Amino acid sequence: MTPAPETLLDLHRRMLRIRLFEEEAGRLSEAGRIPGALHLYVGEEAVAAGVAAHLGPGDQVTSTHRGHGHLVAVGGDFRRMFAELFGRATGYCRGKGGSMHIADMDLGMLGANGIVGGGPPIAVGAAFSNKYRKTQNVTACFFGDGASNEGSFHEAANMAGLYRLPLIFVCENNGFGEFTRQDRHQAIRDIADRAAGYGFPGVVVDGMDVIAVYEAAGEAIARARRGEGPTLLECKTYRFYDHVGVRGMGVVYRSDDEVRAWRERDPITLLERRLAELGILDAAGAAAVRDQVQAEVREAVAFAESSPFPDPSALTEDVYAS
Amino acid sequence: MTTATAQRQLPVVMAINEALRQLMQEDPNVFLAGEDVALYGSVFGFSRGLLDEFGPERVVDTPISEAALVGLGVGAAATGLRPIIDIMFMDFMGVAMDQIVNQAAKMRYMFGGKARLPLTIHTMAGAGLNLAAQHSQSLEAWFCHVPGLKVVMASGPYEAKGLIIAAVHDDSPVIVVNNKALLGLAGHVPEEMYEIPLGQAAVVRPGTNFTIIATGRMVQESLAAAEKLLEHGIDAEVIDPRSLVPLDTATLVESVRKTHRALVVHEAVRFGGFGAEIAAQLQELAFDYLDAPVGRVGAPFSPVPFSPALEAHYVPNADRIASEVLRLLGRAG
Ligand SMILES: Cc1ncc(C[n+]2csc(CCOP(=O)(O)OP(=O)(O)O)c2C)c(N)n1
Repeated sequence: MTPAPETLLDLHRRMLRIRLFEEEAGRLSEAGRIPGALHLYVGEEAVAAGVAAHLGPGDQVTSTHRGHGHLVAVGGDFRRMFAELFGRATGYCRGKGGSMHIADMDLGMLGANGIVGGGPPIAVGAAFSNKYRKTQNVTACFFGDGASNEGSFHEAANMAGLYRLPLIFVCENNGFGEFTRQDRHQAIRDIADRAAGYGFPGVVVDGMDVIAVYEAAGEAIARARRGEGPTLLECKTYRFYDHVGVRGMGVVYRSDDEVRAWRERDPITLLERRLAELGILDAAGAAAVRDQVQAEVREAVAFAESSPFPDPSALTEDVYAS
Repeated sequence: MTTATAQRQLPVVMAINEALRQLMQEDPNVFLAGEDVALYGSVFGFSRGLLDEFGPERVVDTPISEAALVGLGVGAAATGLRPIIDIMFMDFMGVAMDQIVNQAAKMRYMFGGKARLPLTIHTMAGAGLNLAAQHSQSLEAWFCHVPGLKVVMASGPYEAKGLIIAAVHDDSPVIVVNNKALLGLAGHVPEEMYEIPLGQAAVVRPGTNFTIIATGRMVQESLAAAEKLLEHGIDAEVIDPRSLVPLDTATLVESVRKTHRALVVHEAVRFGGFGAEIAAQLQELAFDYLDAPVGRVGAPFSPVPFSPALEAHYVPNADRIASEVLRLLGRAG
């Protein structure tokens, strides 16, 4: 059954917001205007959007080094996000975290994470807290195919299964851990299979089809809210840009043809085609949303770039709670 | 051709590469394992070409699994191989801490001397590249505190090659720390295999009236500081311990006997840092020769910030080192 038109438009908007934020960040990084390392999410938008559409106030997300998309999907503020990427005092982390540590506690986004596998144990803690406090809230734990090899993932999955925590593990299987293809870093094909070892269901879904992600995530989250425990949702997806930054440098680890083939299944194009078929949004309508989001991006970048850098006195602030 | 032009120059990244190649050519029991070290040649590029030359059994891409990766090294070393285990960023050693601290460091001792652990763990430390708090740390003091581990830090290409060769030849676990901000730094590197003996400091700049003891990247900053100090009539001696465990205290004491003053400089957080150990040792071993307390320069007591505006104030530099020397001498810095 196709979700309601307003749901489809919401998914479309969430994905476009991620895409346009990321493409601008990529341009700024290439132009040397953003310091540090940038891990782009472009291509994987359907995963964050499809899951986040089910989350509301009080729910949490744990994220990865590729975390902008997760924050945008749960409603992150472009201005504070760009300001953080630029290292400004007005940024989400007051310039201390940057791209890899961007977070919004008010939105329940417990941080992008520089440590692969750092998120799952924290998600267990958040889910434990929700159960303890009897909130009915859920925690969505995003992680990659590469991260699923860390002990921390397995330890977290075992605990989540044992305590039947209100948690969904969302594996963003983009086929690579950095530059290593999945078949060279694990002997299995479906990471969803790992759930069986911990006593909860594992589900594989097409991560380029936002409707499929939305529906599968909806079931898993409803199950978690009902107190029936975790689900591992594996979304097969692909990143269109390099592991870090925009264009790959040096050693070639995947072909242009492979990237092109995946780009033909661009999750935004797929949804726009569907929306047009259903008569919900035509090309002109989609362009209008794009223009609107693009204007928001431009305004946010201007805000960020005109924001002050943090004062050196901030260096040793916030090491402890005062 | 002058000797200067005859001297072959290599950047740190190529010095490491050459050392690994020669080590693997020399001994079939030496292998390299780590995340993206084979097909991709490491994210820092130091293992490029090794897969082609030695094949996938000796240059091994591993899953992202640091605990198992170090454990792979411990078990392989205990059974006769000479593993070189690469932990991409020093920060990630947190994930493998049990294997390093409770297993690798203790096996020989706990087994009454019946185990030999020729394990080398290579990693990259250091800030300055706007990579924020989880990719920029200098954690060497953690490992210096654990009996059973040896710890070395390279300050340039010559040291990078000589230290890793000594580490791999050593029969105990050695942690080899390179600094990611130095990877492009070029300098003279002999073509042949050579070792920098563990526990032998280098006087990298002889001087007469002040001793600066610096580790890793701070050796370069201290050399620059020494140039600035000349303008103030101060001829500073710069010493690079190169190996923190074992530590060559004799060379440090000898220098202090001559200059009567010392400053220890490291990139790691100053509080609880390795500089405290050196300062305490000098105080114990050379008290009568000191005209002032031993000074210390290090990072502030905070995680490494992302913003360039903050990071610039975080990592010690030549100016800060020079002004600390002047302060210790009672002169306006
Ligand atoms: C503990 C740890 N080990 C290694 C790294 C280096 N690293 C950063 S991203 C990455 C690949 C992660 O792959 P995956 O989990 O599949 O996520 P993806 O990048 O594909 O989104 C690696 C190895 C790290 N940041 N942390």
